[in-house]
Amino acid sequence: MRPARRPLMGIALALVFAFLLAAPFGFKPYGIFILSMWAVMTIAAIGLNLTLGYAGQVSLAQAAFVGIGAYITAYLTTRGWPFWSTYLLAGVSCFAIGWLLGYPALRVQHHYLAFVTLAFNTLIYLIFRNEEWLTGGIYGISNVPRPDVAGWSMNGPRQFYYFCLAHLALVSLATWWLIRSPWGRAFVALRENPVRALSLGVDTRRYTLMAFALGAGLGGISGALYAPLVQFVDPTPFALGLSLNLLLMVVVGGSGYFFGPFLGAMVAVLLPEWLRFTEGFYLMGYALLVMALMVLCPAGLLGLLDRLTKPAGKSAEISATRSEAAVQGEGAR
Amino acid sequence: MADILQLLLAGLATGAIYALVAIGFTLLWQTSQTINFAQGEFVMLPAFFVLVGMSYFGLSFWPAVAVGAVVSVVVLGFLFKRLIVDPVIRHGVLPLVIATIGLAIFFKEAVREFYGADAQPFPPVVAAIDVTVFGVALAVQSLVVLAISIVAVAALQLFLNHTLTGRCMQASAQNPTVARLLGIPVERMILYTFLINAALVTLASILITPIYLAKFTNGEWLGLYAFIAAIVGGFNQVRGALVGGLLLGVIDNFAAAYLSSQYRMAIPLLILIVVILVRPQGLLGRVEERTV
Repeated sequence: MRPARRPLMGIALALVFAFLLAAPFGFKPYGIFILSMWAVMTIAAIGLNLTLGYAGQVSLAQAAFVGIGAYITAYLTTRGWPFWSTYLLAGVSCFAIGWLLGYPALRVQHHYLAFVTLAFNTLIYLIFRNEEWLTGGIYGISNVPRPDVAGWSMNGPRQFYYFCLAHLALVSLATWWLIRSPWGRAFVALRENPVRALSLGVDTRRYTLMAFALGAGLGGISGALYAPLVQFVDPTPFALGLSLNLLLMVVVGGSGYFFGPFLGAMVAVLLPEWLRFTEGFYLMGYALLVMALMVLCPAGLLGLLDRLTKPAGKSAEISATRSEAAVQGEGAR
Repeated sequence: MADILQLLLAGLATGAIYALVAIGFTLLWQTSQTINFAQGEFVMLPAFFVLVGMSYFGLSFWPAVAVGAVVSVVVLGFLFKRLIVDPVIRHGVLPLVIATIGLAIFFKEAVREFYGADAQPFPPVVAAIDVTVFGVALAVQSLVVLAISIVAVAALQLFLNHTLTGRCMQASAQNPTVARLLGIPVERMILYTFLINAALVTLASILITPIYLAKFTNGEWLGLYAFIAAIVGGFNQVRGALVGGLLLGVIDNFAAAYLSSQYRMAIPLLILIVVILVRPQGLLGRVEERTV
């Protein structure tokens, strides 16, 4: 990013943040619910962006982790466990399962990895649907309570919205720090050229697993917020469709861009509500947008913005290599 | 015993249809590195073309099938390649995967919006009667489906191995650079594989829709089964996809009957995971040695 664009970025960010803070006062409860859902889905998409955008590992299982987090939270809080313990448990268990799911990634890449994670997602969905003693089957778990924070009830839609927003802010800050740390650099090295990364002494094995585990952990946290937000958990939302949707969010927003998931989740969660009058045509338009983006600029909307605001020449070159690397993750096919 | 034979036949029949879809899938991969995530929707759609021909244009079944097949080959073969694959593939494999996911959503929503969300009955190719062979009642429909699929695969194999065009297509798949040097019009060969894929999914659509009804969501599981068949059998082999499809159909039917209908889908998925981890090249596949 050129220094001259920094202040502009800052102003835009401040405006968005002010909007997010003020928004609940201008919306009806349903509007606030949708905004909260945006925050929750953004957290899941940030996780997937770590796995896919930064580390270049294709995962079609993010919905499974959101589901696992949601079910852990729903099951335990309806049995009287305090929210924070289930929240931690959701994050940690998804981290652990994500770590295990990373092992196939050490053996196979790209489309094979996509299929392994896709199969994993569908298996988890079948467990949600069929193990009635644990998950309530198709009837799900209802009356999931919302937590208290330091004696303050988060029960109202507005309070819970700020609760979700605070989590999103924390997750964003942690991720911002992470991708600037040596870990984040190692992820990018893994994406750009795994062989070179290995020869430079990056423990690619560990970082591959870590990329999966961190992405999955954030999925779990997103699920832990999803359950009290909707106050009802059933298998349908966590089928393969959500995984594909999260993948599209990351790619449409701009995979490998920090703000990509925020924008992508906005397009996928908020726009359909505002464009409700278009009914089924919205999804068709969305699908066309996805295809057009892949034709014109696979680096996503932020990649497109990058290309439009930067002068041609040198930066076009950079964004070309970036887009290739970011979306392909094709180092050594 | 009779049960087992009936299950086996039904499994082979649906398996043969999966095989058709999986073969198309592997052909696209071999010649153009296209992973088509919309392959399931490609099977869902032709049946609706036929239904539109019958209900809106008043055609009877076979003319509607003929028109539907032509439309499918143009849309799913020619237009798919020109409008989506050609412009996206230069960005890499993953953008194309994403674009085909978008295409799958588009087809699904378009069918729901323009035709309806309810499952529609679809006329079978032959009447649903049974024949008794050695005291076992066998469904004629399954036998016919199996026969048509086997003939189609055999014809495709003959075409690929024993005609000049077919051999040029194989050469283009194996080594496009050398093929080009030898004067093979590689681009046209790739287009042929897209047309063949479109024809295969159309055939699969006509054969499978009478069994499962025409519904806009059909593509979701059809696509998954085709992926599994292709990978289990071997991603780079026509006969691998054939074996994978048949195996999958039989295993799926027996699992539903004897293990658990709830976890019916889990068995193929577990097989998929095990195969990818233990033998990623598939049961019959060769190890791919790509350097680029």
